[in-house]
Amino acid sequence: MTDEKPKEETQEVSEEEPTAEEPEKKPLPKPGAARAKAPKVAPKKEEKYLSRLFEVENGHDLDVYEKHGGYQALRKAMKMSGEEIIEEVKKSNLRGRGGAGFPCGIKWSFLPKESDVPKYLVINADEGEPGTFKDRYLMVLDPHRHIEGCIIAAWALGIRYCYIFVRGEMQFAIRRLEKAIKQCYEKGYLGKNILGSGFDFDIYVHPGAGAYICGEETGLIEGLEGKSGQPRMKPPFPAVVGVFQAPTIVNNVETISSIPFIIENGGEWFAEMGIEKNGGPKLYGLSGPIQRPGVYEAPSGITVGELLERYGGGMLPGHDLKAYIPGGSSCAVLTPDKLDAEMGFETMREAGSSMGTACITFMDTDTCMVRVAARLAHFYHHESCGQCTPCREGTGWAAKVLDQIEAGTGRREDLDLLLDMCDNIQGNTICALGDSIAIPVRSYIQVFTEEFEEHITRRGCWFPAWSRRQRQARSDAA
Amino acid sequence: MALQFSEEAEAEFQELLTRYPNTLAAMLPALFIAQREFGWVSVEVMDYVAERLDVHPTRVLNAATFYTMFNKQPVGKCHIQVCTTLTCAIRGAYELIDHLEEKLGVRLGETSADGHYTLTEAECLASCGTAPMFQVTYSDGEIEYFENLSPDRVDEVLEELNAKLKDLPNPREMH
Ligand SMILES: Cc1cc2nc3c(=O)[nH]c(=O)nc-3n(C[C@H](O)[C@H](O)[C@H](O)COP(=O)(O)O)c2cc1C
Ligand code: SF4
Ligand code: FES
Repeated sequence: MTDEKPKEETQEVSEEEPTAEEPEKKPLPKPGAARAKAPKVAPKKEEKYLSRLFEVENGHDLDVYEKHGGYQALRKAMKMSGEEIIEEVKKSNLRGRGGAGFPCGIKWSFLPKESDVPKYLVINADEGEPGTFKDRYLMVLDPHRHIEGCIIAAWALGIRYCYIFVRGEMQFAIRRLEKAIKQCYEKGYLGKNILGSGFDFDIYVHPGAGAYICGEETGLIEGLEGKSGQPRMKPPFPAVVGVFQAPTIVNNVETISSIPFIIENGGEWFAEMGIEKNGGPKLYGLSGPIQRPGVYEAPSGITVGELLERYGGGMLPGHDLKAYIPGGSSCAVLTPDKLDAEMGFETMREAGSSMGTACITFMDTDTCMVRVAARLAHFYHHESCGQCTPCREGTGWAAKVLDQIEAGTGRREDLDLLLDMCDNIQGNTICALGDSIAIPVRSYIQVFTEEFEEHITRRGCWFPAWSRRQRQARSDAA
Repeated sequence: MALQFSEEAEAEFQELLTRYPNTLAAMLPALFIAQREFGWVSVEVMDYVAERLDVHPTRVLNAATFYTMFNKQPVGKCHIQVCTTLTCAIRGAYELIDHLEEKLGVRLGETSADGHYTLTEAECLASCGTAPMFQVTYSDGEIEYFENLSPDRVDEVLEELNAKLKDLPNPREMH
């Protein structure tokens, strides 16, 4: 913790580019016992890849991108075969950046080589997992890197069309991408016979319209087809039957934005910038009552503690860390004794949670864990598409019971009831949204059991209220 | 009068249709155009979109009701949506709402009597690093994010919004 004053933060972002803050360059903490599996290459931490152009003026413009080496990876890729590219991506240990962490190269190898119908690439830019705010920076500040990644993926996989599904609220990102795509058509990077190779490829931007469930890949596909975003049963997986009944690869924005670096420097280079099975530089989002919230680039496998202290500047003065969520609200909650956990899919599982989107939410000792669990239950209830009874009903019940505990009308047996409900939801639904509520709710109860019990015995919440209405309700009750 | 896209919207709509292998897939972008043109998505608007996409009206009803960005009731010229999901809540979103309710003279979920402002909550808008924040959707279809907010900053934003009101159509009067 530091006792510096929090930075004045009053700029509005609106249609302007979001600002990525420069991490303060403090000396690296010594790799001590807490970092037993330190990254193989003591990474050149200040080297930037994904965020390289974030602070370059007009980095989103084609000319500037080309001046910084843009579209050279595409030229190199076009001299490689599809198999060679997939092999490099496999070697890179690039894991899906959308939250599930599926190895990208393996996913790509599931796409049938031959197909009677055109194959599709669908980019998941629906970024909506609470706590997550990284893809928008890639789309707004470096759209061409993303487009270059799309073209390379399409070339490698024999894909004809791509849709970038951007959440509708992010009009600024949609416009930025559309402008960049237009520049690419003019320059011959998109359209017919790209760079004289005989390869044809088109990209379109598709707006979402306000439904978190469209972030789930099959919900996204339904939304793209013009229907309500109700996830499909899997199998068949999108690689076999995806959008418009055609073989489809769905990848997250950051996953695809990483591809040009893999082509440029090789899969092994990428893999070395990380830990076992988790390769590459990546973006981390830090939020909550910390000194410097924002998006930062660092290697895979960095510890949460290092992210918080060195990049985020520690907690705000007067705020002590109580808990954190490693990668979006569907991950289990962790306590400060787990700050040495490394940001990787396996390492986070060992720590008792999951890496998810790698956008970390920090919470201070003023934060009520019952209220947090209730708030998240409301979120998932609101966003449930309603197809599966355990999810539709369970999220609503969980929200109601948690509200009651916070309000002071909870009963001891409610905790068992909630845990039971979580067991009934998890694994019994069409998509993973069901798990996304069961896992965190169970974890808040199990990690903070005493706090939950005390809400029941003390008949209410003693943490500072969030709103006037809440304060009013409390004084009315008193 | 029967609904009809303006010339500009019609061109945009025609271009849309070239992007997809069928017309149904143009549903969401087409509904955005319709909402911008006609202020809100009434049953009449849904029927028009169904006709233009050559799909059954229940298809449009289905989409229009599933997605929260389509207004099935008219809202104010400026629709303020305050994110109240976890990070924003921790960083003061509810204080912003308290403040906005007082300043605008409306409660959460209401539209001001003059039709200028609607105040509602939204779920995480991917601005947690710049929390708390709200999004403003203007009746001409533009969307703007205001981030790193505090009550004082909200007062400044409201002044900006007030200055824009005269150039914005009232959604109620758009069809
Ligand atoms: C409820 C739910 C919401 C999701 N939301 C997103 C999202 O907003 N963005 C995203 O990239 N992936 C999201 N995912 C994960 C996708 O289903 C999918 O795994 C991902 O897009 C695959 O891309 P990747 O392998 O490149 O990560 C979500 C999953 C679930 C179950
Ligand atoms: S788990 Fe929930 S969100 Fe997913 S398909 Fe079932 S009802 Fe819909
Ligand atoms: S919690 Fe408000 S933008 Fe994410």
